[in-house]
Amino acid sequence: MNASSGSTHFIRARRGYAGRRIVNAAMLVFTGLTTMLALVPLFWIIGYVVYQGGRHINLAFFTQLPTPPGVEGGGVWNAIQGTILLVILSGIFAIPPGVLAAFYAAYYPNTPLGIVVRFSTDVLAGVPSIVIGLFLYALVVVAQGHFSGLAGGIALAILMLPTIIRTTEEMLKLVPPTLREASLALGAPEWKTSLQVVLPAAGNGLITGFLLGLARASGETAPLLFTALGNEWFDFASLVRSGVETGLNPFEVFIRIIEQPVDSLPLTLWKYAQQPYPERIQQAWAAALVLMGFVLAINIAARLWIVVRARRMKG
Amino acid sequence: MQKSQTAVRTFLENFRKRAGSILHHGDRIWQLLTVGMGLGVALLLLGIGWMLWQDSADARTVFGWSFLLPTADASWNPVLEHFEAWPFIYGTLITSAVALLMAVPISIGIGIFLAELCPGWLRLPLGWMLELLASIPSVVFGLWGIFVFLPEVVEPLGSFLGAYLGGLPLLGALFAGPIPASGASRLAASLILTIMIVPTISAVTRDVFLAIPRSQREAAFALGATEWETISQILVPYGLSGILGAVILGLGRALGETMAVTMVIGNSISSAVSLLKPGYTMSSIIANEFAEAVSPLHSQALIEIGFLLFFVTLLVNMAARFMVWQVARKTPQEGRG
Repeated sequence: MNASSGSTHFIRARRGYAGRRIVNAAMLVFTGLTTMLALVPLFWIIGYVVYQGGRHINLAFFTQLPTPPGVEGGGVWNAIQGTILLVILSGIFAIPPGVLAAFYAAYYPNTPLGIVVRFSTDVLAGVPSIVIGLFLYALVVVAQGHFSGLAGGIALAILMLPTIIRTTEEMLKLVPPTLREASLALGAPEWKTSLQVVLPAAGNGLITGFLLGLARASGETAPLLFTALGNEWFDFASLVRSGVETGLNPFEVFIRIIEQPVDSLPLTLWKYAQQPYPERIQQAWAAALVLMGFVLAINIAARLWIVVRARRMKG
Repeated sequence: MQKSQTAVRTFLENFRKRAGSILHHGDRIWQLLTVGMGLGVALLLLGIGWMLWQDSADARTVFGWSFLLPTADASWNPVLEHFEAWPFIYGTLITSAVALLMAVPISIGIGIFLAELCPGWLRLPLGWMLELLASIPSVVFGLWGIFVFLPEVVEPLGSFLGAYLGGLPLLGALFAGPIPASGASRLAASLILTIMIVPTISAVTRDVFLAIPRSQREAAFALGATEWETISQILVPYGLSGILGAVILGLGRALGETMAVTMVIGNSISSAVSLLKPGYTMSSIIANEFAEAVSPLHSQALIEIGFLLFFVTLLVNMAARFMVWQVARKTPQEGRG
């Protein structure tokens, strides 16, 4: 009898000591194996996309507008510009409100509204992206009467919002309270303390939050299907030129650009993957490589940054 | 000249004073902004629900409850303008259920491994790899699914399952073959969903385990428990509500996932129950048909499906959050040093 027998009513061990040790070892090995199992698709997907995408990527892919289906050559310049436009728009719509809400969530976490904010942020993160697309369709596309980059940008902003709020909140909590108290004690009003003392101290962290949100949003397709829709002729340069020629001021040119339907890399990938033309499928692989490379690079950089920063704040 | 200069000077001074006092007491504005944006997040949720509810009003009055009820011969006919959503609801339920069934044991294993067993230097890189898996865009999963996963994994697996399980008395209906040559089927969607929700469930499970105070483990070890007994009989029951929350969170992901599923499920409206047959989910019918819906009733029917999806994922996510919070609440601020 070993020492543990006195506790059998608590630890329900019905086997002998050897049996228990075998079960223990088996289960520990099993958990390790499940971890390996989950990593198989990760490496399989990354490896295959790099292999296929790498073979089909070329300069034209980045610089030319699409050719008609079935015709060799052409690129996805329209989608690259559209992605950039959507990312900029979503940043404009998501960052200021996200940061303000995060201030509230970070400093009044246990007030009723603070709980509501954190709770709805978490719930919003779980709303399917296609539902957000439907919402923006009803809200903006129907009101405007046409699909637009604006609607797509707002949809992506809503997707980004939870990530931005959560990471900003975490970063604000990492800023030593003494810093904030010192500023308040010197008579600076709360808004000034928040904007000029706390925010810069948390600044790099905010950028990480934005980058993570951006990585998520830039890979999204579903909310763009009926907001930004896609546009094979989208081209900044020609839009600006025609705008200037008709005598519009820069602001009006900008409005005109965001009112166009735009393409994005994931949208292009989704459309091309389902077409029967080999050239287009090759471009879909190239698009997958660019998209995945972008998203993974941002993710890795942001996470590295968080670790380095947390370490520095602690030390 | 002199007079106007002093007038300007006093005006400027006054202006500076007033601006100064407004800015000095700008806390009002600041509070208004932060409270407003905080409320805005909550209002956004309400707004989404309200808008979808409003915009599906006609479809709801025309079709009533029969829109949602399980019927074997549910029809989805844009020409005759008759819509019933059961095939899509079934598709979503069966693919999510199968995905959960496969993902839960794997994810809990990963959560345990990451929190309890894995050496310290490996914990961070492994956690990151799971996050990377979670961050691969859904369309990339779909593309890989169409050209690699369907022919190389799903089709052989489907044929195998069809041949060996198709004849079983009750479960047989679920595995009635043959699987289409392309491999596009509900099984494919379930497997892709499994890969996609494992990172979510395992990350939350890991965090739940990490939140359990060290004293719980020490007590169990002191009583002579092995590592596995400590985990399965002490830690799992302790963190059960959190683990359940993680699972429900994964369910929410699976219910709403769109692009990858749309690309591999085969998109066919069928009343077959088999996993090996192509099908449709709620999110993929919206993705495929909404931009081309011509009649108002057709788009209203799709919006009604969207509302249902929103409502269900909302409930699921709220439940998950409550459960995860439960663990944090009952845990004293002791942590693990």
